[in-house]
Amino acid sequence: MPHITNVMICTCTNCISNGALEIRDSLETEIRKQGLEDDVLVVPTGASGLCVNGPILIVQPEGIFYQKLKKEHIQELVEEHFLKGRPVKALMYVPPGQESPIPELQSIPFFKDQRLIALRNRGLIDPDRIDEYIARDGYKALAKVLTSMKPEEVIAEVSKSGLRGRGGGGFPTGRKWESRWKDPRTPKYVVCNADEGDPGAFMDRSIVEADPHSVIEGMTIGAYAVGASSGYVYLRMEYPLAVKRMQLAIDQARDYGLLGKDILGSGFDFDIQIFKGAGAFVCGETTALVASIEGRIPEPRQRPPRTTLWDKPVVINNVETWANVPVIINWGADWFSQIGTETSKGTKVFSLAGNINNAGLVEVPMGITLRQIVYDIGGGIPGGKQFKAVQTGGPSGGFIPASLLDLPVDYERLAEAGSMMGSGGMVVMDENTCMVEMAKYFVEFTNDESCGKCTSCREGSKALLDILERICEGQGKEGDIELLEELAHAIKDASLCGLGQSLPNPVLSALAHFRDEYEAHIREKRCPAGVCKALITFSIDAEKCKGCRVCAKNCPQEAISGQAKEPHEIDQDKCIKCGVCADVCKFDAVVIV
Amino acid sequence: MAKIKPEDLARIGDRIKRTMLLREGSCRLKIIVHMGTCGIAAGARNVMKAFTEEIDKAGVQDVLLTISSCAGLCSREPMVTIEEKDKPGVKYVDLTPDKARKIFSEHVLAGKIVKEYALAAGSERTL
Repeated sequence: MPHITNVMICTCTNCISNGALEIRDSLETEIRKQGLEDDVLVVPTGASGLCVNGPILIVQPEGIFYQKLKKEHIQELVEEHFLKGRPVKALMYVPPGQESPIPELQSIPFFKDQRLIALRNRGLIDPDRIDEYIARDGYKALAKVLTSMKPEEVIAEVSKSGLRGRGGGGFPTGRKWESRWKDPRTPKYVVCNADEGDPGAFMDRSIVEADPHSVIEGMTIGAYAVGASSGYVYLRMEYPLAVKRMQLAIDQARDYGLLGKDILGSGFDFDIQIFKGAGAFVCGETTALVASIEGRIPEPRQRPPRTTLWDKPVVINNVETWANVPVIINWGADWFSQIGTETSKGTKVFSLAGNINNAGLVEVPMGITLRQIVYDIGGGIPGGKQFKAVQTGGPSGGFIPASLLDLPVDYERLAEAGSMMGSGGMVVMDENTCMVEMAKYFVEFTNDESCGKCTSCREGSKALLDILERICEGQGKEGDIELLEELAHAIKDASLCGLGQSLPNPVLSALAHFRDEYEAHIREKRCPAGVCKALITFSIDAEKCKGCRVCAKNCPQEAISGQAKEPHEIDQDKCIKCGVCADVCKFDAVVIV
Repeated sequence: MAKIKPEDLARIGDRIKRTMLLREGSCRLKIIVHMGTCGIAAGARNVMKAFTEEIDKAGVQDVLLTISSCAGLCSREPMVTIEEKDKPGVKYVDLTPDKARKIFSEHVLAGKIVKEYALAAGSERTL
């Protein structure tokens, strides 16, 4: 007898670190205590998207969304909602700037404007149960392909859909498959690139944690299309939960004969194993990735010739690309290509992070504007601050300023704006972000992750970093901007792989859109956003200061003096510019110049 | 576990289809048992149990059974609302497990409203 209520609890890495497993245990205990175990089923799922508000529960069939749960809430929740049928308003999601909670998932703007293809099963299935994936049309596309389609028909369908690589490059997936299909060498391989490394990006981890079978099914379809007999999921070791769920999914698929010899009785043989990467950013680059699988030092190499694995043909696609494949086969290329823009079809998953109210994981149709993502889905900037820029494409991408917020999400449009689609990291920045400091942060990252093979990348990133550090410290001089630009172009031209070729993008796009901020740092020794410590001073506005002593009590340097109810003062010799006084002041009396 | 054939996929899916429909919230018809304190005290749990048994017996896949709170008319509990797509919901009052079984076979399966147990069709105006 099925249960009448399913409680979907998000058990992604984020929510687990917020205590989701304890919540699950106490839910089960309370449900048993009330004798409701035949009515209410607790189902662990992958990321539901609004991870910043975890731990999260979605109660089906009503679709009621509970968030920020604590263990002590659970007794009341079970008693009120599951026993008495009265959903608990106090634990529901409240949209930024509103007062009354919105109970239903579908009416929360964050979810309502999304369109799920790659994340179609998020929050709906237990990733550890293959039957639940199958019940949502899982492995139907594989059965269709194996029983009624020739490899070239599969490739034609994927080509016609317009699907392009979701790892960032945007290469047409069908064309990639076709070239490997034509290659006479055997055996052939397929690889899933799950070596996600951009700071703040967690799209691939969420897909693998929420729905590992969608990746397995996509890879198996791809393997049939190109004639591959084995596959690897290149998954980084820092994602232990994803590794665990993927391994379990592979084992279950083997048990059902969906991997291994004679899949679904069709005579087609294919199997997958996980390759655990050690977490070097450069391994996301395909030539370095295959070197890593082969057991060599992961250094990229020149292309062409085309990337091979043990000198044999290999198709390497990103997690999200693979997860799209079964849907394209089931629903057809025509349906898929109706979604999106002229050159960018389907949807894209983004992880929204930074200065944004609804940080989390979103999947949106291509062509949606950045404004819709930031304001409608993301709920805007916290604290009523001004939007400054959104950074897409991680350390390889660029900054997009407010003037370009109406730009549609599309591979070509984002590239024209000096950024890139990238794998889906989207970092939103408010007015208190310094664009010199931000560029420095990304160059610091790529400098650290450069494999060191090309001098231009290894030494060039260090030289960029030195100049940016100098500017932040108030030591910038005339000619620095021009030097940054010249160096950036040299690094782009002379580096072998994508890491080096794209590492100057944050600097170049910051210079293109926020040049005045660089000039202010160099010429006026001023940081307009009030971030660079060497260029700012903290002082107290005597008009606004009420003399409450809060800042003085919190100052770690004891640099603030003043009697109660009298305006206070900051001793500039003692001040280390930590910003605590500005954070604790209730009257906005601390001025940063 | 035995290796499966393409036709087995549908069988595996059907086995838990109703659970999946519940999570997607999509169905042909929804049976809402009002389980406020008043409803529970008047015997709503037994009414719900009767519905779950009938659903299982009939093997229907497109019917959702769910609970809601007090419908407002506490003196006439246990109450049930039957909602169908594009039709006004029907509220039944003073229910017992036997009455629930009759509603199931006549209304849920055959589409005929059981007038003697029905209070009204439609719902209150909100906002």
